[in-house]
Amino acid sequence: MANIFAKLVRGLRMTGHRVVEQLWRLGAGARLFFLTISYSGESFRRPRLIVREMYFTGVMSLIIILVSAFFVGMVLALQGYNTLQKYGSSESIGVLVALALVRELGPVVTALLFAGRAGTAITAEIGLMKATEQLSAMEMMAVNPISRVIAPRFWAGVFSMPILACLFSMVGILGGHLVAVAQIGVDVGAFWSQMQANVDFTDIVNMLIKSLVFGVACTIIALFEGYDSPPTAEGVSHATTRTVVTSSLAVLGLDFILTSFMLIT
Amino acid sequence: MDRSTIDLWVGVLVALGVAAFFGLAMKVGNLTSSNLGETYTVTAAFENVGGLKPRAPIKSAGVVVGRVDGISFDSKNFTAVATLKIDKRYPFPTDTFANIYTAGLLGEQYIGLEAGGEDAVLKNGDKITQTQDAIVLEKMISKFLFSKASEETPTQAGASATEDTSKAKSTELGDAPF
Repeated sequence: MANIFAKLVRGLRMTGHRVVEQLWRLGAGARLFFLTISYSGESFRRPRLIVREMYFTGVMSLIIILVSAFFVGMVLALQGYNTLQKYGSSESIGVLVALALVRELGPVVTALLFAGRAGTAITAEIGLMKATEQLSAMEMMAVNPISRVIAPRFWAGVFSMPILACLFSMVGILGGHLVAVAQIGVDVGAFWSQMQANVDFTDIVNMLIKSLVFGVACTIIALFEGYDSPPTAEGVSHATTRTVVTSSLAVLGLDFILTSFMLIT
Repeated sequence: MDRSTIDLWVGVLVALGVAAFFGLAMKVGNLTSSNLGETYTVTAAFENVGGLKPRAPIKSAGVVVGRVDGISFDSKNFTAVATLKIDKRYPFPTDTFANIYTAGLLGEQYIGLEAGGEDAVLKNGDKITQTQDAIVLEKMISKFLFSKASEETPTQAGASATEDTSKAKSTELGDAPF
């Protein structure tokens, strides 16, 4: 009896510990976010710092984003056509592909790929910088690591995400166009005119807002996990894994919240 | 990787992004034709606007000549008042007839304008007096059923009406593609 009671107490204690730990991490992440914003001045005075990081986060993610966008668009067109032609409205395939990409898949899949491609790189880089005491060395030389290392990466991620999401949507629509028009034989005029009649400019603005929010979330999570990782090989590897898991969950959760706001108005 | 190469690639990324954004805005989102340029505004009162929505097209002879700016409810006459923005290039006579049509069987609703014979044209703030309401499918079906029922002799009316309903239902649904 006493044994069971002790086990129960230990279980409760573990749960409480985990909850407090997560809350602590959330608070530390939020503090890093505000520190990054307040130390951003240097990055904007020296835009070359941001441009350099945009090369590593944005340009290097270009291939994976474009190729997956193309295939996502093609699959959407195939699946959409298969169902729509049962109802005799296969011309609406353009609307389906465009709305699905612009409203949801564009920002969300881009953010997931971005977290996997750029977020992990950021976490591993900063985690290793910390493990090899480069960040401490900077502090010793009176260089603030947040303004020199964290902030440029943050802004590069925030600027890259909307660009990548726009490219994802556009390339996806072109992929859908390839399958629907060239392979299946849907009328080109119907494809584009129905799309233009049903996609609003507000949809595109909403896509930009979504991708901007996802960019902020993914980048700050990647930066925080790297900055907070234990300075060991194992610590960095765990931090990299956590970046992908946390970013993906954050993106999907934020997507639900943002979509529900956008559909109300 | 030297600095100029990095700058070049980031430049390419930004240029591609801007191009994709403009492609989305112009080619997909149809930003270009949603603003009509110079317009004049007229109102039209309808007993029932059905599923008409703001930004729905206004067509005359099949050509889009304007867009519905807004729909409000007039609590004095208990009618719906649609505000129509029509392109300045297309003047319409004062006795123009405004109908609410449906594109296809289940498509979106739009306003069709049929020009009358007057010489005077509609000006900004004018009101179109001759309107026809949206066709509400339920009303049409119930009208049809009542007219069917009244054709029968009064004693059988109740029974045959229900019979007719089921018959009409079965044939209509049987032929439908879904």
